Amino acid sequence: MFTWDKQWEVVIGLEVHTQLKTQSKIFSGSSIAYGAEPNTQASAVDIALPGVLPVMNLEAARLAVKFGLAIGANINKRNVFARKNYFYPDLPKGYQISQMELPIVGFGELEIDTENGVKTIGITRAHLEEDAGKSLHEDFQGQTGIDLNRAGTPLLEIVSEPDMRSPTEAVAYLRKLHSLVRYIEICDGNMQEGSFRCDANVSIRPRGQAEYGTRTELKNINSFRFVERAIEYEIERQIDILEDGGEIVQETRLYDADKHETRSMRSKEEAHDYRYFPDPDLPPMVLEDSFISEIKATLPELPSEKRARFEQKLGLSPADATVLTADRAVAEFFENTANTTKAENKVVANWMTGELFANLNKSELDITESPISSAQLATLLDRVCDKTLSGNTAKKVFSALWEQEGDVDDIIAAKGLKQITDTGEIESIVDEVISNCPDQVAQFKEGNEKVIGFLVGQVMQRSKGKANPQMANQMLQEKLK
Amino acid sequence: MTITTLAELSANLRNGKVSSVELTKEYLDRIESSEHNAFISVTSDQALKSALAADKQRSSEDNSSALLGVPIAQKDIFCIEGTRTTCGSKILENFVAPYTATVVQNMHNSGIVTLGKTNMDEFAMGSSNETSYFGDVKNPWSSRQAGGSKGNLVPGGSSGGSAAAVSAGLTPAATGTDTGGSIRQPAAFCNLTGVKPSYGRCSRYGMIAFASSLDQAGPMTHTAEDAALLLNTMAGFDIKDSTSLDVPSEDFTRDLGASINDLTIGLPSEFFGDGLDNDVAVLIENAIKEYEKLGAKIKEISLPNSHLALPSYYVIAPAEASSNLSRFDGVRYGLRAEQYTDLVDMYTQTRTQGFGDEVKRRIMIGAYALSSGYYDAYYAQAQKLRRLISNDFTNAFKECDVIMGPTTPSPAFASGSRSDDPVSMYLNDIYTIPVNLAGLPAASIPAGFTQNGLPAGLHLITPYLSESKLLNIAHQYQLVTDWHRQSPLTTRGNA
Repeated sequence: MFTWDKQWEVVIGLEVHTQLKTQSKIFSGSSIAYGAEPNTQASAVDIALPGVLPVMNLEAARLAVKFGLAIGANINKRNVFARKNYFYPDLPKGYQISQMELPIVGFGELEIDTENGVKTIGITRAHLEEDAGKSLHEDFQGQTGIDLNRAGTPLLEIVSEPDMRSPTEAVAYLRKLHSLVRYIEICDGNMQEGSFRCDANVSIRPRGQAEYGTRTELKNINSFRFVERAIEYEIERQIDILEDGGEIVQETRLYDADKHETRSMRSKEEAHDYRYFPDPDLPPMVLEDSFISEIKATLPELPSEKRARFEQKLGLSPADATVLTADRAVAEFFENTANTTKAENKVVANWMTGELFANLNKSELDITESPISSAQLATLLDRVCDKTLSGNTAKKVFSALWEQEGDVDDIIAAKGLKQITDTGEIESIVDEVISNCPDQVAQFKEGNEKVIGFLVGQVMQRSKGKANPQMANQMLQEKLK
Repeated sequence: MTITTLAELSANLRNGKVSSVELTKEYLDRIESSEHNAFISVTSDQALKSALAADKQRSSEDNSSALLGVPIAQKDIFCIEGTRTTCGSKILENFVAPYTATVVQNMHNSGIVTLGKTNMDEFAMGSSNETSYFGDVKNPWSSRQAGGSKGNLVPGGSSGGSAAAVSAGLTPAATGTDTGGSIRQPAAFCNLTGVKPSYGRCSRYGMIAFASSLDQAGPMTHTAEDAALLLNTMAGFDIKDSTSLDVPSEDFTRDLGASINDLTIGLPSEFFGDGLDNDVAVLIENAIKEYEKLGAKIKEISLPNSHLALPSYYVIAPAEASSNLSRFDGVRYGLRAEQYTDLVDMYTQTRTQGFGDEVKRRIMIGAYALSSGYYDAYYAQAQKLRRLISNDFTNAFKECDVIMGPTTPSPAFASGSRSDDPVSMYLNDIYTIPVNLAGLPAASIPAGFTQNGLPAGLHLITPYLSESKLLNIAHQYQLVTDWHRQSPLTTRGNA
């Protein structure tokens, strides 16, 4: 697919900023709810008035520990916050409180699925820090407005090892991480609102070379698609330079989705000297063993554990298990349905990945917004099991459920979709068909068994689809023997 | 006129001899007619309103707090809601704080009346009050120099306005802050009792930060008893300051009156070496003799790493300051340069115009010490020295209860005499700085007058969180001496 595959090896590491789902900011009591009027959620601490001081919000630490436990990482009990110093209008203090040495989460791992099977991606570290505010350029002619509502929102910056070898792997890792943070409910994962943001470090090297090439850092790639496209573009750019005998400059590059290109933001020489030092306003945060074990106890079943269970215990195919565990709400919907209905797990999986997902996608709805509840789907599948509905009529009921026309049994009654299983009733229709289709009957008797399909079809048509097709088939076979 | 103590005013208010409003008016009048430039802002209206409220409260309550209705002055480093808070800087010349510092709030909750905001070195960086954007402060003792006035003396710094105001009788007491000696050195220069509490005793919330790991607020008063009374209203755990100590509140007057006849005083040889003015040395020796008369024993001790305190401090304090002062960027409040070409130029112009030389010097020193490639050699190294210095005190206190010495190497010096020589200025704090690095409580108390007629301070240092003991040791001396009762406004000897 891409020319780089043969000669060049691609090396990618991702830095992901996840906004933690706390009630208030990491160092102040202000709300972090998205979308409020500018500067209405900016307290004295957030706007860095003279004399104010930060106070650690332990809930942010709790969510960070939760993540660390979910990736099997070492949790650093002694946490030191450091100041990262630089001037920018949306950074009120002139420094960001972050962690440098001793991040809260140490080395951990995440497994991703690739074409060549499962691959383990290392996570170097994850550290707590505060988000900056936002610069608003649009509404102010020739000037910049500053909205400090976001300033101080807790972030967990998750830094991967340079373990990914293609844009596809990078996206697979990102999706996996995205799924995980929502699973363990530490981040809402909303990429449009900036709750889950990604920077990519990209380099290439000739295949077989041990040392890494010079890397560039890509910023502003805040959708899965952009991540893939930006990295693809960057790889091509780097190959062009190297193949023309040039050198890659270590720099930060900004991705422009409209133009589909990356452009230089600042070079290594222009890079800030952040003058990190331990923040004297915050004593080291020491986490007790009990604090960590309490979090461990609240940890939900993780996606990888759930997927294994869906395959091994519930008998789903690897593909279904993957799709149904990618999102916690989807998995819950599946389990709620499967636990309620008499239908087999595979049947439930088929209906969800087929009918339900198709409709959700078409309407651009999330599973939590589905007009059909898991209870309704369970009842629907029960009606197929007890032969009240055929596959076809079940789909009709599904459509009616989607339009919220009522509950399963009401819809069946209202639409008269109850399958005819009464032998006498079917027999009279079968007799009608036999007398109305003498040609086909003759063909069948001459040994053309395929024609039975036509005859069953006639029965279904006359019964308006309500006859049980198996019964009709059996009865025709017997009468024409 | 002689000195008036908080204890006396408290009694007078309680006995109905004077009302808070009368008292407040009296002090406001004195401030009005003074020529010391001790105040940056006088908050008369608010003061009279508070005084009125205090008088009302007294008439309706039996158990009012000791300092209800007593007026004092606040160093202009503390934010007070609705009040201009400048920190002695042009960059905050017109900054009106929208909230009140915890320490000030605590005092107001005790019914203390704030008269105004006192002058100070810009962002508390200085030892002479000469770095203030709002002009020099005159040491009230200038006129008491032997052989008549020889020009103005500095009041010390950075809490120079507070010291001058108390000394000149413009307020019975004031708050100060002490990062490397900024309460104790001006107290010594102005014949006052100045106390730097243990780090964490007083909340730093709302106190504009100079060096966060060293800054501590404290009282500047005439007597140790007054210092204890005022500290009672200032101190306490504050959830808004993560470095404030979550310890039960205590009554710092509780040990006043306890005998000190089993006291062991440690005298570090390092505090009596080269650079100490002979006159001052004699006064300190005399003070120690007074303590011996009270039954105290003397022990020679050593603080072997003291000589590392100044270099360590002049890395750590500027490093923290360089970061703390980044928020003064012209974006959200304070000065913004009127003309600039772009964002970086706006920062540059604003900070160039808004900060004075000493502040710029320390920002540059600090940024350098923290910069990539120099961090280990400067900041990290300074932190190691800080631990050594702290350990010196821990070891010393195994042998003694209190460490004594001079507060400063020399008495108040003439205005302008050192302002061009930062190092000689920094040497003022050579005895006080180790205490901040170790986070210990310490006080400076009046110890007599040099042959030139200038006050000298006795420096007392005690173990962490032992303020009550410290204040009693100071109090016992003040019971048998009257140096602290000398005022520049009286003829000496008539007090």
